[in-house]
Amino acid sequence: MEWLHWFSKDENTKPLALLIFFIVFCLILIYVFGSKKRGERLESHKDIPFLDEDSDTKEAK
Amino acid sequence: MAAVGVAGTDQYNFDIVRKFTIMALVWGAVGMLVGVYIASELAWPFLNFDIPYITFGRLRPVHTGAVIFGFGGSALFATSYYVVQRTCQARLFGDGMASFTFWGWQAVIVLAAISYVLGYSQGREYAEMEWPIDLLIEVVWVTYLLVFVGTIMKRKQPHIYVANWFYLSFILATALLHTFNNLAVPVSLFTLKSYSLFAGTQDAMTQWWYGHNAVGFFLTAAFLGMMYYFVPKQAGRPIYSYRLSIVHFWALSFLYMWVGAHHLHWTALPDWTSTLAATFSIMLLLPSWGGMINGIMTLSGAWDKLRTDPIMRFMIVALSFYGMSTFEGPMMSLKDVNALSHYTDWTVGHVHSGALGWVAMISFGSLYHLIPKLWDTRMYSEKLINLHFWLATIGTLLYITAMWISGIMQGLMWRAFDDFGNLQYSFAESVAAMHPYYAMRAIGGMFFLTGMLLMVFNAFMTIRQANAQGARLEVSPAKAAA
Repeated sequence: MEWLHWFSKDENTKPLALLIFFIVFCLILIYVFGSKKRGERLESHKDIPFLDEDSDTKEAK
Repeated sequence: MAAVGVAGTDQYNFDIVRKFTIMALVWGAVGMLVGVYIASELAWPFLNFDIPYITFGRLRPVHTGAVIFGFGGSALFATSYYVVQRTCQARLFGDGMASFTFWGWQAVIVLAAISYVLGYSQGREYAEMEWPIDLLIEVVWVTYLLVFVGTIMKRKQPHIYVANWFYLSFILATALLHTFNNLAVPVSLFTLKSYSLFAGTQDAMTQWWYGHNAVGFFLTAAFLGMMYYFVPKQAGRPIYSYRLSIVHFWALSFLYMWVGAHHLHWTALPDWTSTLAATFSIMLLLPSWGGMINGIMTLSGAWDKLRTDPIMRFMIVALSFYGMSTFEGPMMSLKDVNALSHYTDWTVGHVHSGALGWVAMISFGSLYHLIPKLWDTRMYSEKLINLHFWLATIGTLLYITAMWISGIMQGLMWRAFDDFGNLQYSFAESVAAMHPYYAMRAIGGMFFLTGMLLMVFNAFMTIRQANAQGARLEVSPAKAAA
């Protein structure tokens, strides 16, 4: 269990945390902007607020 | 609650949305009225009238509680219940529980206000409520979470629209913040007073972790949820980039949690914590502006709407103020800037450029969009909406300009030394110098309050008109049958 002491030192955990968070951020960016097909699928969700227009009281008038 | 939309109460629970909408307007008027009064007390102290119940110290949390939790909270309950139903295409989960959140939340606001006037306060900013009220908030909030998540779980639309992500992160974060900031041991079962579980610096750190995240999640993330639904709906076109909204959500949610300690620069807080908070505050500029650009660019190709649609104008100006205050905030979190700005009116001005310019304006825009739909009619007067817009904009500008001048002047006067190393000004001299700006701030508040009262009148007449139309429709078939 000696290796756990490595995590108790700020000079180790700070760059480690930075690395983890930066990698996660890059992964999110790659997921969102990395594939054209996935991008189109994600962008198609922007129409959701307009999908129940029929029951929208003002528009229904 | 007589009028029922075409969608009716069968498909959606709009009754609860109507109730919260009405109370948002009521608390907005009450909270802003108290705000104008206490601003006037600072400018013209005779208004205290030597009555302890209406002194600044007691009325200030009444103002913040009524506008943040009463007006902002009710507007968020109303819009989140509306948006989650419309975008999930499912009726709200648990009508009874939703009704409980309404009555419970209103009870919280009233009880808190009464306790402040009587002099009961925990002394924690935006969390002044004593422990019994904290427990009531806890129960109401968990019920809110159940209603919201329950509705998402029974959705007919496979994807959860991004506005709901923002609302859900606001509900979850607020639950965490409220719980941990209010951990306390009551002095006894029959007293309102309690001891905080934390002490000294840790106590301050916990409070400002709460305080800034109340800004981050209650006053920002939740209202971004509002923005992501109502701006596209009012503009009649989808959000500019859905992918940008995903990055916006994750970056904002992650970064906000770290920045609270920038409220405690140059205190007993360890220096590294302060630096960490300032660093994350600077990074926050990116998602904040990403979100602002996403909202404003939704109008790309339809800018003419700004000339003709006062509701759209409310929303775009709100996003502009959001961009401005999220630039000012990171700048003020820098230690050197903070050394000048902290404890001065600049902070008050900054908060109000966010609260009036962003939170209130996006709420006004969203509620003006929502009210005709809820009562299945048109707004009583579009001219009054336009007048409200200008009163709100002028009021906000007067307010923040006054506080910028007053705050920077305070900061400079407090740190000025003469040739012998003595302080150049006494504190009382700095107070006297602030007087004209306090009067200007109160006048700015009066503009804003007048706009709010116009909105209440406009909404009241709209509802009355809807009820009259409903009554006519009921009478006509009867006449025809006769």
